[in-house]
Amino acid sequence: MTESSTQSNGPNSRQWPDKNISSIPLWVYSDPEIYQLEQERVFGGANWNYVALSAEIPKTGDFVRSNVGDKSVVVTRGADGVANVFVNRCAHRAAAFCKEDHGNATSFMCPYHQWTYDLKGSLTGVPFRRGYKGQGGLGPDFKMPEHGAQQLKVTERNGVIFAAFDHDVESFEDYLGPNMLGYFDRVFDGREIEVLGYTRQRIDCNWKLMFENLKDPYHASVLHVFLITFGLFRLDQESAVEMDETGRHGALISRKGAQALNTATEQMTNFRSDLKLKDPRLIDVAKEFPGDISVVMQTVWPNLILQQQSNTLAMRHLVPRGPNAFDLNWTFFGYADDTPEMRQRRIRQANLMGPAGLVSIDDSEILSMSQKGIRPYPEESAFAEMGGTGTEDTKHMITEAGIRGFYKHYIKVMGL
Amino acid sequence: MSTQLKPSDIPASAPKARVIVPADLRFEIADLYAAYTDTLDAADYKAWAEFFVDDAMYRIVPRENYIRGFPIATMHCESKGMIEDRAYACEQLNLVQPRVLRHFVSGVTIESAEGSDRFKVGANFLVVQTCFEQMTEIVMAGRYIDDIVRRDGRLLFQSRLCVYDSLLIPTSLVAPV
Repeated sequence: MTESSTQSNGPNSRQWPDKNISSIPLWVYSDPEIYQLEQERVFGGANWNYVALSAEIPKTGDFVRSNVGDKSVVVTRGADGVANVFVNRCAHRAAAFCKEDHGNATSFMCPYHQWTYDLKGSLTGVPFRRGYKGQGGLGPDFKMPEHGAQQLKVTERNGVIFAAFDHDVESFEDYLGPNMLGYFDRVFDGREIEVLGYTRQRIDCNWKLMFENLKDPYHASVLHVFLITFGLFRLDQESAVEMDETGRHGALISRKGAQALNTATEQMTNFRSDLKLKDPRLIDVAKEFPGDISVVMQTVWPNLILQQQSNTLAMRHLVPRGPNAFDLNWTFFGYADDTPEMRQRRIRQANLMGPAGLVSIDDSEILSMSQKGIRPYPEESAFAEMGGTGTEDTKHMITEAGIRGFYKHYIKVMGL
Repeated sequence: MSTQLKPSDIPASAPKARVIVPADLRFEIADLYAAYTDTLDAADYKAWAEFFVDDAMYRIVPRENYIRGFPIATMHCESKGMIEDRAYACEQLNLVQPRVLRHFVSGVTIESAEGSDRFKVGANFLVVQTCFEQMTEIVMAGRYIDDIVRRDGRLLFQSRLCVYDSLLIPTSLVAPV
């Protein structure tokens, strides 16, 4: 990596107008150069990317394929019990050698020329390394340790695995900051996690729109009929938008209140006072966390949304697929000591979330419509002045401070 | 050794059993599938809910969850009430970009029959959608795994499990399959 690609304005020709975080230039959502720079600086570099839950690889040799940005990586459990992450790219001819999405292995062999890697991604075998009958093969200066699959720095906290390309990255705890770490530990408190299943979708919009969506409580107050009508997340409830010091991580926090007609619901045209579920078990919510907070939607820069909405818990893992699409991979989970009733609640309430979620359909559809509006207008900008132009934490939902905080950090990281 | 998927794990492969039933029953089952498909193609979700008994189970499940025994579904209804709630949400509550959905069902296979009142049936499905300014695209391909019962003379679904191979859904799944 050259100095010029990590410093100053980098290889891109774009400049964020006046560094005004209340006005977002639309080219950030569609420019292929920006996309490439994001792979290097936002997903690469000294950033902790979510890759897997520990419960997906409990035993030695267990592995799962994941992504850091758009790069395929393999997450393994070593014989020493430590989680490893290495890129799914053979050091020889670059084949993505791990072709299964999960499994258990003692080693990984690239099928092309049978170069073999151990559970840490270190190269352990090269066929005909010394040639045959004294002919061919690799030179005497070939050193196996220099030709492993690229290994990432890994951290594992209370059942969640993160990885960073830059091994000089700060500790995960410092990276999150004390307040955001508190919300993370609220869900991952050390209890054993049970994976309940996956759903996956490829949404035809830029990945940042999804991240912003979880930093924007304003939309939730008007768009989502299910949240508003059943009081699962509403602006007239006691709520907050909080961030870490940099603005890169955020949390939308809500306390459940009674859902009733009031001065606020007059402006919520999607409030349906007459809506009654024929089977209300869908929203039979049981309190399970200490305190009176009922919802925490946490965004962990750059690729994770940690969802705690009522009793549905999920990791939403963002995998960018070019400037105009990204994969949203949902890993639903509960706790190994959940009662059968709580487990069933999580299965039922998952109806709210995922590719067919009664709440999240609204998001994937509107974000797709956003991208359609964005693409032809790279030189225009989006307006984000709800709640002012600052990035302070707030105790209400009518604000876009979380989006502004995100871009404050984004501009810095991207050198825009 | 990795836990590679065996073809026998995959519901889209050949069914385990097949039974011969009289032609009139075979046609009656074929008609049920045709009527169900026709109802979904017409986006008449209220009528769709009427294909199920009161204590019906309706689930749309990605193949990976089905094979690995994970309970999470993309859609999960464990009563006709939940099916009706989903139907109402599809028609009234969710923001959805306009589209035409079309369903193709093939290889309807009767795997077991108890007289003329209870059947286990499997079939392949393909769902495609057409939106403004876009080519028609595949929403999902998969297999129905069904329990069918006769109630008041009419064949209805006691259970319809839709196991989809596609895994990645294009943007949103806005309706039942």
